Amino acid sequence: MSNKNTEKIIEWLLRLSALVTVLTTIGIIWVLLSESVSFFQQVSIIEFLTDTQWTPLYKDKHFGIMPLVSGTLLTTFIAVSVALPLGLVIAIYLSEYAPKKFRKTVKPLLEILAAVPTVVYGFFALMVVTPFLQTIIPNLSGFNALSAGIVMGIMIIPFVTSFSEDALQAVPKSLKHGAFALGSTRLQTSFRVMVPAASSGIVVSVILAFSRAIGETMIVAIAAGQQPRLTANPLVPIETITTYIVQVSLGDVPHGSLEYKTIFAAGMTLFVFTFILNNISFWIRKKFREKYD
Amino acid sequence: MTNSRKNRLKDKGFEYLGVACSLFGLVVLAIFIGDILADGLSRIDWDFLKSLPSRKPEKAGIFTAWTGSLWILVFTTIIAFPLAVSAGIYLEEYGGNGRWSSLLEVNISNLAGVPSIIYGLLGLEIFVRIFKMGNSVLAGAFALALLILPIIIVATREAIRTVPPSIRAASYALGATKWQTIWNQVLPASMGGIFTGVILAISRAVGETAPLIIVGALAYVPFAPSSPMDEFTVMPIQIFNWVSRPQHGFTVNAAAAIIILLLITFVMNGIAVYLRNKWQKKINW
Repeated sequence: MSNKNTEKIIEWLLRLSALVTVLTTIGIIWVLLSESVSFFQQVSIIEFLTDTQWTPLYKDKHFGIMPLVSGTLLTTFIAVSVALPLGLVIAIYLSEYAPKKFRKTVKPLLEILAAVPTVVYGFFALMVVTPFLQTIIPNLSGFNALSAGIVMGIMIIPFVTSFSEDALQAVPKSLKHGAFALGSTRLQTSFRVMVPAASSGIVVSVILAFSRAIGETMIVAIAAGQQPRLTANPLVPIETITTYIVQVSLGDVPHGSLEYKTIFAAGMTLFVFTFILNNISFWIRKKFREKYD
Repeated sequence: MTNSRKNRLKDKGFEYLGVACSLFGLVVLAIFIGDILADGLSRIDWDFLKSLPSRKPEKAGIFTAWTGSLWILVFTTIIAFPLAVSAGIYLEEYGGNGRWSSLLEVNISNLAGVPSIIYGLLGLEIFVRIFKMGNSVLAGAFALALLILPIIIVATREAIRTVPPSIRAASYALGATKWQTIWNQVLPASMGGIFTGVILAISRAVGETAPLIIVGALAYVPFAPSSPMDEFTVMPIQIFNWVSRPQHGFTVNAAAAIIILLLITFVMNGIAVYLRNKWQKKINW
């Protein structure tokens, strides 16, 4: 019957569409791997991991990824140390304290923070936050990890808040009522009952915040500088993995050259970081779901 | 002071801290928008929208940038929308609970966590080089389409899931086939949710910069694209380019372009929120 055939054809078309997502993943891994492999035929993996300089675009070439990784981690830690306390306090407040009306107005407004394009945040970091911080810290460079990190932190507040709030909301009400019945204040209930009970969800929000910050590009490309430097000093220009990829792409690098391959080796490093973090969070979420269902 | 009084004080203290933190985010947002408006609002006029890029800041405009963004958006949507909605339907209606569908699910949530710049590298190698699209609108649109697939897929699935099984059962009882049921009952009922997801995904795509830089969108394009195979630039890249220049005139231009970009983003998000609310109110099975 033709009707049956149409049904079959449609099912196959739909299945093919779903397959595109798998092909995307395979494509990403294949592209990163194949270019990285040919990169590592020219540069030893030991130099890549241990050299303390990254200068592929200069005459004296060094291929140590560490300065880029340190730059990435530095901005990431600054961002998370801004976003985590703020995001968590907001989540607890909105979930345990706030009047319904306040919650209903403030939450969507805060989500605007996540909708603003990152290039716009870059402008903000460079033109507003850095000059402001320079009035407090006079030796702060025009490009630095500090203001890029802080602004990135503000951007990821809504991520931390919404994931943590979901986790808090998922805690059975009986636990909360039990704590209140024993005479606990809202603060005691929040920190001794709700937060511990929601800890796995909160951990997930932190991991995702890290992953998000590691992959962020435009804020650091605009405001953190383009100088690969192995340092923990947030006041000087640095370069992140993502910024390096952008820097090379803006220039005129011929396909097949070693410089061209470096962006894939850098991309591979970035991918490995975020892939591990995302999968840890995925694993925790699965465990967590089992706990309460 | 008794212990319980102390605890009550701490409790009140945290309440104020909570309000302060919530307002902090909003105040930062307000300062930021205020600053941008003060810098750029006076720069916006028809000439700014109609002018080509220029080395002189007071002559430069965003015509190539916004037309480029429009081209990219149209093609990204054309590519991503049917693919993502089909994939969402497949996962929800045909997927079942087997190993294959749980693999698909893990895969999609992993894709959603891949940094956008990686999609740029994917696009550079696959679309620009292997498929020989060059640094064209089409190559950029393909890269962005893959980037927003997970967002639309997740939205589609959530929207479909809210359609109760009784609707499907009723349709089957009237003799409809599976696809007829999906096409005539499930999809119309979940369109609101799907469109909300699509609009949010597009608004994300409008603001994306990094993947398009990697794919080879240029900072300086003398003409607006007239075919999908043309070179292009987009609003965020134009902003990035102007921010990177030392002259004050370009900073003003960047602020002006940001106002327009934010306007587009906020309007889209507003429409999405409006659709979501309207759709939630309308449907009560």
